[in-house]
Amino acid sequence: MSQRIPVTELTPDFRGRAEEALADGQLRNNFRVAMDSLMTKRANAFPDADEREGLRELGNRIKAGALSRLPDLLEQLEQKLTENGVKVHWAETVEEANSLVHGIIEARKGSQVVKGKSMVSEEMEMNDYLAERGVECLESDMGEYIVQLDNEKPSHIIMPAIHKNARQVSKLFHDKLGEPETEDVNQLIQIGRRTLRRKFMEADVGVSGVNFAIAETGTLLLVENEGNGRMSTTAPPVHIAVTGIEKVVPNLRDVVPLVSLLTRSALGQPITTYVNLISGPRKPDELDGPEEVHLVLLDNGRTGAFADAQMRQTLNCIRCGACMNHCPVYTRVGGHTYGEVYPGPIGKIITPHMAGLDKVPDHPSASSLCGACGEVCPVKIPIPELLQRLRQENVKNPEQTQQVKGGGAKYSRTERWIWRGWQMLNTRPALYRSFLWAATRFRALAPKKAGPWTENHSAPVPARRSLHDLAARHLDQNGGRPS
Amino acid sequence: MSQLFYDAAPNATRVSPEREADRQYPEKPEAVTLFGTCVVDLFFPEAGLDAIRLLEREGVRVHFPKEQSCCGQPAWTSGYRDEAKAVARAQLDILDRSGLPVVVPSGSCAGMFRHHYPALFADEPDTLKRVEALAERTFELTEFLLKVCRVQLADRGAPSKIALHTSCSARREMNTHLHARELLQQLEGVERIDHDHESECCGFGGTFSVRMPEVSGAMVKDKTRSLIDSGAVEMVTADGGCLMNINGSLEKQKESFRGRHLASFLWERTNGDNAGEVA
Repeated sequence: MSQRIPVTELTPDFRGRAEEALADGQLRNNFRVAMDSLMTKRANAFPDADEREGLRELGNRIKAGALSRLPDLLEQLEQKLTENGVKVHWAETVEEANSLVHGIIEARKGSQVVKGKSMVSEEMEMNDYLAERGVECLESDMGEYIVQLDNEKPSHIIMPAIHKNARQVSKLFHDKLGEPETEDVNQLIQIGRRTLRRKFMEADVGVSGVNFAIAETGTLLLVENEGNGRMSTTAPPVHIAVTGIEKVVPNLRDVVPLVSLLTRSALGQPITTYVNLISGPRKPDELDGPEEVHLVLLDNGRTGAFADAQMRQTLNCIRCGACMNHCPVYTRVGGHTYGEVYPGPIGKIITPHMAGLDKVPDHPSASSLCGACGEVCPVKIPIPELLQRLRQENVKNPEQTQQVKGGGAKYSRTERWIWRGWQMLNTRPALYRSFLWAATRFRALAPKKAGPWTENHSAPVPARRSLHDLAARHLDQNGGRPS
Repeated sequence: MSQLFYDAAPNATRVSPEREADRQYPEKPEAVTLFGTCVVDLFFPEAGLDAIRLLEREGVRVHFPKEQSCCGQPAWTSGYRDEAKAVARAQLDILDRSGLPVVVPSGSCAGMFRHHYPALFADEPDTLKRVEALAERTFELTEFLLKVCRVQLADRGAPSKIALHTSCSARREMNTHLHARELLQQLEGVERIDHDHESECCGFGGTFSVRMPEVSGAMVKDKTRSLIDSGAVEMVTADGGCLMNINGSLEKQKESFRGRHLASFLWERTNGDNAGEVA
């Protein structure tokens, strides 16, 4: 699983990638162990179920309320940030966002960027974009640093290198950095830390993401555990924050429950080690902090989801990763199988708006609709319901659907006719009973192979008599009435 | 509400608290309609018959409209909304004829009536009223026995250890795991053994099992392994889809362990006179 997976080269082959991942025993074990631990941590962080449910409800209402007046809040955010001395930029596409970021770096004649963890910058593939233009962009989050070193993409939105265990990281550091092998996690962290400390001091620009953008005060909130976020946003002379337009919330009061939901759902922490509230560049009387602060607000398909009342709920997401931690599919195939920036249940519902359903046609189907994701989502995104909606959009005639980008990717006249046949069978009682009669009487003729089903199961054999038959006979004998 | 939560993740038994927790139950009716479900009809008819026997023993007359077929779930979860709606409408018409309470020996199909029919018919105000009335009078079998019949089971079987599997939609939409646990608790000779990752999906997911056979297969293999390793002698479940998935996989793996429908298990454990009619 060490191939690079740039989002722009998505191939619609989820099943192929899944098969490879499933055959990798080490990978499956890494995910199973890690996800079990994360589920346990989350459960322990919410010991009181009533409190948890009340908080989820509140989180949902805050996000839904913020989205209901998104344009106004974004305007207010821009105004307040500008007053605070932050330069605000708008980007509809990742190309625009990259070009904006590069422009800012160029204006400072920068050549080295140090980056705090940011999924939006992954969306943009900012590292590659800047590298092609001679700007070195180094990841400073430990997990991101590991995957960058191995030329990989993150496999999880919170823990980018969760697919690797300590032994694999040790080998990587040995191969790439010439460090002696060790499975002591603390030593491994020290190796990364030594490299990164130096880079923070040398960097011309620091890039970060944003967890919540607060409109009323013009504040960018960033949670993190490694201090790399604070270093990236304060040590270099320029700080560029990149984020999606859905991250805006009305005021600081809203942030309290949302941060609690985020850190408890993600890692079971009551709060992260660092909570950064960034409200502008260094002021004349201040001793440190960046000289310039920029915010790039990215759309990248979000307005498409926003336009549809049901799909809009996708934008509630606060990127905690709990949905993937609890997903039985993600746990088995890992993040890279999704072939995109956002894996797991949230990836399945958000990527269609970014890349188009035709780029990820298998995503809506890659779920048993077990509902674990929806149950743990801290802002109550009804993920199974949205997956089902995407399935509907997926099988529509592409000429008749404009509702989701790339809709109709799984349109098949043959499958439509199969379901029409199924409909006929199940709406014509006499036909259905004839089918039951034939299937039970000729059960010996039931096929021994039944497509993909018999790859995992013995062939299904109908019973000797259907329930229709048994019930009729029983109710006749016992005076009940088959009405 | 809090008693609904079992919190030791990853083996937590998860519940959607917004659904079903506050459901009010009526007095036991004189008669009900049994909606058999297509999977039980064709593959596990004896479970449907045992459900009828359990209901009759509680003094409830059972109707079985012969026009019934499938609740529409396969098409609905596959994205074929129009086809699902046509089949749903047919069932609605049939079930509305008597207007009797509807008992379903499958949590996911009961959940389809209660939670997904309203979504299917949201754009038809007149039908929606009928759909909401149907949702109101639909009960999953274990729920009906426990909450409406207030059944008291007398165990007549030999001591046994069993594992309980609950379909995810049954758990999420109907709290079937809680009802089934309570019924099993009434059986003195039966010890219910937890199995590893009990609340995790068995990998069925309807058409998911044929659209994503690799992932689904990995899930059911893990599920069967944990069932076998649990030390239980058999598995019971109140959902035909999971039963077909789990038993089919066990048979393919040439394992002797099997699951069976909870209705059959309950009937066999509590029926003193096994000399009844031959199925």
